[in-house]
Amino acid sequence: MNDWLATILIALPLAAALVVWLLPWSTQAAASLALLAALAEVGFWINALTRFDFGAGELQFEQQRAWFDDLGVSYHVGFSGISLWLVGMTVVVLAAAIAYAFWAGRDRPRAYFGLMLFLTGAVVGVFTAQDLLVFYVFFEAMLIPLYVLVGVWGGAGRLTATIKFVIYTMAGSLLMLAAIVVLGVQQGSFDLATASSDNDWVFLGFVVAFAVKAPLFPLHGWLPDAYRESSPEVAAVLSGVVSKAAGYGFLAIAVAKFPGPASDLQPLVLAIASAGLVYGSIVAFRAPDLRGVIAYSSLAQMSLITIGVFALNDLGSTGAVLQMVNHGLVSGVLFLIAGVVERRAATGDFARLGGMARGRPALATILMTTGVIALAVPGSTAFAGEFLILAGVFSEGWGWALVGAVAIVLAAMYMLRLISAVLHGQVGASVPDEALDLRPGELAVIAPLVACLLALSVWPAAVTDHLPF
Amino acid sequence: MPKPTIDWFALSPSLALLAASALALLAAVLVPVVARRLVAALTAAAGFVAAGVFAGLLYSETPEPVLKVADAISRDRFSALAQIIIVGSGLVAVGISFGQRTRAEHIGEYYALLAAAGAGMVFLVQANDLMTLFLGLEWFSICLYIPCAIEIDLVSSLEAGLKYLVVGSFGSAVLLFGLSLIYGATGELQFGAIARELESQDLVNDGLVLAGLAMIIAGLSFKASAAPFHMWTPDVYEGAPTPVTAFMSAATKAVALVLAMRVLVTAFPAEEDLWTIAVAVIACASLAVGNVAALVQRNLKRMLAYSSVSHAGFMLIAVAANNDLGAKALLFYLIPYGAASLGAFAVVAARERELGERVTIDNVAGMGWERPLLGVSMWIFMLAFAGLPLTGGFVGKFYVFAAAYEAGRWWLVLAGVIGTAISLYYYLAVVRAMYMRMPEVRLAPVGGSPPREAVLQTSVVACLAVTVGSFFAVEPLIDLAEKAAAQLPL
Repeated sequence: MNDWLATILIALPLAAALVVWLLPWSTQAAASLALLAALAEVGFWINALTRFDFGAGELQFEQQRAWFDDLGVSYHVGFSGISLWLVGMTVVVLAAAIAYAFWAGRDRPRAYFGLMLFLTGAVVGVFTAQDLLVFYVFFEAMLIPLYVLVGVWGGAGRLTATIKFVIYTMAGSLLMLAAIVVLGVQQGSFDLATASSDNDWVFLGFVVAFAVKAPLFPLHGWLPDAYRESSPEVAAVLSGVVSKAAGYGFLAIAVAKFPGPASDLQPLVLAIASAGLVYGSIVAFRAPDLRGVIAYSSLAQMSLITIGVFALNDLGSTGAVLQMVNHGLVSGVLFLIAGVVERRAATGDFARLGGMARGRPALATILMTTGVIALAVPGSTAFAGEFLILAGVFSEGWGWALVGAVAIVLAAMYMLRLISAVLHGQVGASVPDEALDLRPGELAVIAPLVACLLALSVWPAAVTDHLPF
Repeated sequence: MPKPTIDWFALSPSLALLAASALALLAAVLVPVVARRLVAALTAAAGFVAAGVFAGLLYSETPEPVLKVADAISRDRFSALAQIIIVGSGLVAVGISFGQRTRAEHIGEYYALLAAAGAGMVFLVQANDLMTLFLGLEWFSICLYIPCAIEIDLVSSLEAGLKYLVVGSFGSAVLLFGLSLIYGATGELQFGAIARELESQDLVNDGLVLAGLAMIIAGLSFKASAAPFHMWTPDVYEGAPTPVTAFMSAATKAVALVLAMRVLVTAFPAEEDLWTIAVAVIACASLAVGNVAALVQRNLKRMLAYSSVSHAGFMLIAVAANNDLGAKALLFYLIPYGAASLGAFAVVAARERELGERVTIDNVAGMGWERPLLGVSMWIFMLAFAGLPLTGGFVGKFYVFAAAYEAGRWWLVLAGVIGTAISLYYYLAVVRAMYMRMPEVRLAPVGGSPPREAVLQTSVVACLAVTVGSFFAVEPLIDLAEKAAAQLPL
């Protein structure tokens, strides 16, 4: 009951953030320190992985301290099987993002790297919190660094992007706060283990918050701006990692704690998610630029994950977790590649890109590999995830599975379009002949993520056999 | 008529501040001009510290509430905790005032009035009958009218003082009328006796009592600047010297709300069905007016003024809850709110001194990068106002919502949530201006930074420590508030 590992995984990056902010480091030193902390975080996660007892099926590395007793709120953290894999994906993608920022160079490095570390701690907190209020605190705490990361280091339209992003997400999460207050005061405790309710309104409070964060259609208004205006590594974190907080919330809170309302409202959520899946896929197919495709494919993938969760059976949930890990890595790689391409061509417009494969084998290989995995070619880990989700939802009604299957065809279309628009065809107007292949630095950042994807493709059961379902 | 025994200890916080005020006035005459600023400020600060120590002792030495001085004042932990919050605000206000370029010939009087206003406030929160209530209210109000207008070279300051005087007097008159109606109906001055009379003579639906109660709520709402009685707030907050505004926004509001809770709970339990609804409606009006009006403000002090209206709304939700949790929520909320409010105005004061002009959203552009300490602090104060985690503002709002829900008023929770969502826009606008816009021309004086103001910066850091500390150390603070709230007849 008193294992420090979860706390260490949360506190290490937060402490490192403070150190980076407060001491007068040089650019190199601040970035190295941040990267070191991020890698240490990966190390601690591997430690957690090796020590985790998958047979036990209960919370592990648990720690609980009273925060304010009179309302029954406590700092309570711990790892479930789901948390373990999502935290792993988080620390790996964030380490890559920090390394990419190090390589690309950012103004005001101390502020920047401190915020990235702070974000790491907050996301890990979301995935490990076992008290509703602590969960909410971390859920909101993610927003603060993201707001600044997009608003200060983003592109020309960053101010509008941040306003939309913050207002959308806060409006959603304040409803969640109201729901948490209702649930907690009714129960006399905010602990997640004992939380449970049959109240549809409370359930909807949570669902709306997660639906904005994911985002699900039609609450995705903030998505295109935020993903286009952020720097590539922040977009990678936003779509790869932060959106998974919503998926995790659906799975570990909305469905797990509200079995009654979840099954009552299952058709509604499935319908919304299916609409989002088709809508996201079609818009991704029509999007004029690199980031547009990745952004809307993200919308589609999050919808698919939601469908898996709301299949309300073990098969669907297993697929959803695997797909969350997959999409986190895929999205991370794709946005970093988008950054790489934009550095060389100064644009992400497909009309001005093309033909980059010639003479750039590393770029072509990486993008091709990730793209093929993303479009769920049989044998890839995304195929495993999507298959499980579709199998899970099939038992709830073949119609839902049919929509999902159609969307997978659409996914192949937009991914192949992206690959061919960047790599093949005529050399684009904005692609200079002297544009280099992936530099060793870039390769060192991106290749490990692709390696994780390949490893999962070889052995998706690493995740699916080690979940509490 | 027998002479009442006087518990000097119960009055000690007021007396300490009165003594400091007298000494500061003497300093205005006896101390040479060069040392006057320092001596007067130190005297006032010492007064606030001494009052704080006495209030702390009162808190620890009063396990049971007792009525003192012919039942005119109540010695209890509820008032003692409020006193600690008030004198804390006063101390920080002295720190913010220290660097203000007030005319040297007024400086002694300025600090004397600040201390005297503090004395009135700490007296008022102890009030247990209608006389002490009105006495205390006028005492601190009159002491604040003058500092508002102390910058006699500035038209805006004079205007603020006059406006506050006129509107404030009107509010006091309404309150006084209400008090007299209550006295007329019940024949009693003391809160507990009024409650008993209402019960025993069956005056619950008496016209005089209802009119009196309505006027008392209106009069106190003037002081708390709750809508629709907030009209003076933006103008006075904008025009008054910034340190005075800071003090008013933290301390006056605390006093008015704490007092409102005490009066309503101890004197009018019989009318609780009525006043909880009235207060809830005022709370919703304040949330709506404050938040919507703040959206369009460019002047930072004006924006903060409207934000303070909306926070009056939040705290009135706690009052309207009319339960133990509500009293706790109110006392807790005041701590991070007061700190963030003082801190935010302190940052405004710093910028004002640096630029020599009014501070607007436009001329704080890039300030976050130029002045890292002030920038980060302002950012955190805004997060605290908006109730985001890692600041005590979050815990305060959480308690308020929990209290409202426990009282069965879920629609107040919803109103609070909507208010918070709107407020994010303007709070984050400040952060956006400070960090995400760059000034077209560098606004800070060319040729290096202005001299650092150690006292002001210390005040800001103190506010920061309280704002963030009240997030992590909830348990000890809520424990204090719980013991204080337990001494109200809830």
